[in-house]
Order: sequence, then C-alpha cells, then structure tokens
Amino acid sequence: MSYIEFLKEYGPRFWDGTLVTAGQFFLASALAIVIALVAGLMKLSRNGLIRGIAVVYIEIFRGTSLLVQLYWIFFVLPLFGLTLPKFTAGFVAVGMNLGAYGAELVRGGIQSVPKGQWEAAYALSMSPMRRMWRIILPQAFVNMLPPWGNLLIELLKNTALVALISVSDLMFEAKQINGSTFLSAQTFGTALIIYYVFARFIVTPFMRWLELVMRRKLGRA
Amino acid sequence: MMEDLSNYPLELTGDNVPMVRFLKVTKRYGDLVVLDQLDLDVAEGEMVTIIGPSGSGKTTVLRMLMTLETINEGVIYVDGKPLTHMEKNGKLVPADRKYLRKARSQIGMCFQHFNLFPHMTALENCMEGPVQVLGMKKAEARERAEELLELVGMSDKRDQHPSRLSGGQQQRVAIARALAMRPKVMLFDEVTSALDPEVIGEVTNVIRSLVEKHNLTMLMVTHQMGFAKDISDRVCFFFDGKIEEQGAPEDLFGNPQKERTQQFLSAVKEAD
Ligand SMILES: Nc1ncnc2c1ncn2[C@@H]1O[C@H](COP(=O)(O)OP(=O)(O)O)[C@@H](O)[C@H]1O
Ligand SMILES: [Mg+2]
Repeated sequence: MSYIEFLKEYGPRFWDGTLVTAGQFFLASALAIVIALVAGLMKLSRNGLIRGIAVVYIEIFRGTSLLVQLYWIFFVLPLFGLTLPKFTAGFVAVGMNLGAYGAELVRGGIQSVPKGQWEAAYALSMSPMRRMWRIILPQAFVNMLPPWGNLLIELLKNTALVALISVSDLMFEAKQINGSTFLSAQTFGTALIIYYVFARFIVTPFMRWLELVMRRKLGRA
Repeated sequence: MMEDLSNYPLELTGDNVPMVRFLKVTKRYGDLVVLDQLDLDVAEGEMVTIIGPSGSGKTTVLRMLMTLETINEGVIYVDGKPLTHMEKNGKLVPADRKYLRKARSQIGMCFQHFNLFPHMTALENCMEGPVQVLGMKKAEARERAEELLELVGMSDKRDQHPSRLSGGQQQRVAIARALAMRPKVMLFDEVTSALDPEVIGEVTNVIRSLVEKHNLTMLMVTHQMGFAKDISDRVCFFFDGKIEEQGAPEDLFGNPQKERTQQFLSAVKEAD
C-alpha cells in the first residue's frame, strides 16, 4: 500500500482524531488559563491560608505525573461518587496539570510589573481589585505571552495521554490504525506530522500574533 | 504595643486649620530612624518646597502623605481630619484600608519616573481615576481629561501611548492624570530629575502655572534651587530626618542661618 493510498483509506480517521485532539487542546487550555490565573493570584495573596492552598495545589500537580493524575480523575474519583465522561476527564486532567505550571507564569508576570505602576494606581485611590484588573494584569499579560506559548505547546503534546483512557483523539486513532494495519511508520509518522503542524503552524503563529497585537496596544511595537 | 494617641486631637479646629499637618511623625525602617518627630504644617494654597541632601527623608515625607508608607508614631492630618488614623469610640486608631482609600483621594502625587500606565493613551491615563474611582460618566471624564491635557499643553498628543512621548511630555500627562482626581494637595517628588535638561522647562512651567493660577496646596521635593526660589512660598531644608531650617525662599537661600544649610547650598551651587 502506497502512502497516498494509506492516507486515502485512513485520512478521515486521522481527521476525526485531530478534531478530538483540537477539542481537548482548546478546552484544556481554557481551563489551564483560568486555573493559572486563580492559583497565581492566590499565591500572591497576603492571606497565608489562601497562599497555602495555592502552594499545595501547585506542588501536587507539578510534583506528580500527569498520567497518574489522569487515572485518578478517571478511575479513582468515581469511587468517591464523581464520575466524569472520558472526554471531560481528559481535558480536565490536562488543564489542571498545566494550570499549575501556568500559575507560576502568572505570578512571575505580575511580579515583573514595576512597583511604580502599583504606586501610581494606589495614588489614584484605586481599590486592590481595580489595581490588579485594570493596571497590573494587562501589563503582566504581555510579559507572560512568550512563556505561555511554550506552555500551550507542552499542553498540546500532553493531550496525547488521554488516549490511555480511550478518548478517541489523534493518538488513539493512530494506535487503532496501527493495530489493524501494522503500518507503524506510516501511522505514527502521520500522527507526528499532525502534532508538529498543529504546534508550529497554528499555536505558535497565533501566540506570536497575539503578542504583536498586545505590544501594539502598549505602543511598544 | 499600641501607640498612645490620646494626646492627639481627633480633628483640628479653630481659625487657622492647615491643609496638611504632620504632628510628631516618626518613620523607621528597622533600626533606621528616617524621620524623627516631624512637625510640619502646610497652609491652604501654600507651595512648600523640600530640599536637602540625598537620604535626608524628603521622599519619605511625600510618600507618607500619599499613605504609600505607614508611619510609626504621630498623626498626619489633611484638611483638619486625620489621614493616617480614624476615629473609633472617641479614640484615634490606625486607619483601615477603606478609610485610607477615601482619605488619600484628597492627595495627588507625581513621581520621578512618571509611572504612566503604558497600556493606555494619554487621555485614557487621565480618565482612569475619574471613571474607575470617582464613578464618573465616560463623556464627563473625557471632557475633564481633555481640559487638563490642554492645561499641560498635551492636547495634540492625547491619543498617544506613553512610549511615544518624551520624558517631559510623559511628566506633563502624569500631572494632568493626578489633577483629574481634583486633589486638595499635590505632591511632586523630583519630577524633573529623570528628564533631559532641555525639557525640564516644559514641566516646571506647568507647575509654575498651577502655582499662579490655581489655589492648590503643594509640596514639592526638588534639586532645582533656582526654581524652588522662584515659586515657593516657603522652603524647608531637611537634614537627617529633621527640618534643619525653613523660611521664605529669599531668607533661606539669601541668608541661611544654620551651618548645615550654608554648606548644603554652597555645595549645590558648586555642582551647578
Ligand atoms: N523601603 C525602605 N527600606 C529601608 N530603608 C529605606 C526605604 N525607603 C527609604 N529608606 C531609607 O530612608 C532614608 C530616607 O530616604 P528618602 O526619603 O528616599 O530620602 P531622600 O528622598 O531625601 O533622598 C534613606 O536612608 C533610605 O535609604
Ligand atoms: Mg528622594
């Protein structure tokens, strides 16, 4: 079977898998961003308890394997009465894990905003919430974009693990096709290319574009 | 241990209530006493300039008044009411955050490095406080911001971001931003120190016009002795966290009484 024929035969299944991977990627990214923002802000709180909760969360999710976390969410949580569909369990595990890494980026981004910005906002009598939301976060956001680009690519690669709980993503489809055709080189080669194209030709350019737009807004570009 | 504040009045009353009063204010960082039992009054509409060697506590005076720094002892009053403290059961206690937010809205401050918000245009910088803090309608805030940008000569740059403005222009926008909150007291901390010599004039001219045309109370820290002499009602020479000497600019610059003042002024003159 030539590679062209192989693609004709299995292309639709690769495409279906890619769509599921894209869904996992976008939902996990959204969750990771929300978690990173909340945990990052909590880590900067004056309140020791709030800070402590964030530290524990970040430590647990960064300090243990994503695969184990995925199994916990899918296989163990049902024992405590919380059963998630596999698709949901997949992006929740990936999002919670990468959110813990993102929290450190949020914290660092906020701390990179010069002290003078806080003071100027304070001198205008802005409340702590408004200072954060209107003045600090928009500037922190721009500083954070380059490392977030890397993190999101990391996240994309990690979504491949959801195949292990039978979410029919790209990796799952590839394994299935390999199982029936034994054309390992073609199968996993195709998957490799799709992941690479997704990362380098969609995620990276999008982040670059976003950075440019944000820098323009700051009048820096 | 709580400081005993029973000797401090809950508010200032009488005929000549100053706009600002520091009453026996002490500021320490660890063991370092930065300001020692400072007493300083500023009358309504008065322009007081603070001069003195580096590290003598000039910036700290302004930052305490902006409530950017807490104080260790004493009370600061603004317009007769305590700023750093509030009344509770007939006693003064340290102000909580909510009280501070309200109290400090009477004060406006301009910083050495401008600290404009880089993600906003000049106009947006000047609208931010009125809209977000005073709850003003956008159209109204815009009108006020445009007026103030006109006052500081920055109307034509209103839609520019700070990164597109020179230092002198940024500082003028920063002055407009502070004025947009309609403060009773304006603070200027070495607002020309970070500027190229050729643009210092555009900022000092703005401050000069505020002194001449507006009845604002102002406290200014500066190293520009000529400017201080020109526009101040009173000059305070700080040394080691204390007011070593103060007086009308003609007296303090023309005929300083204390040796340290004389030394400082002649050292500054030589450097010029
Ligand atoms: N955050 C701080 N922590 C410790 N020491 C400080 C701090 N801020 C200022 N100081 C010290 O307080 C003294 C007065 O500082 P400052 O008011 O900035 O002086 P000036 O403006 O007259 O140069 C200096 O000795 C300075 O080192
Ligand atoms: Mg200073």
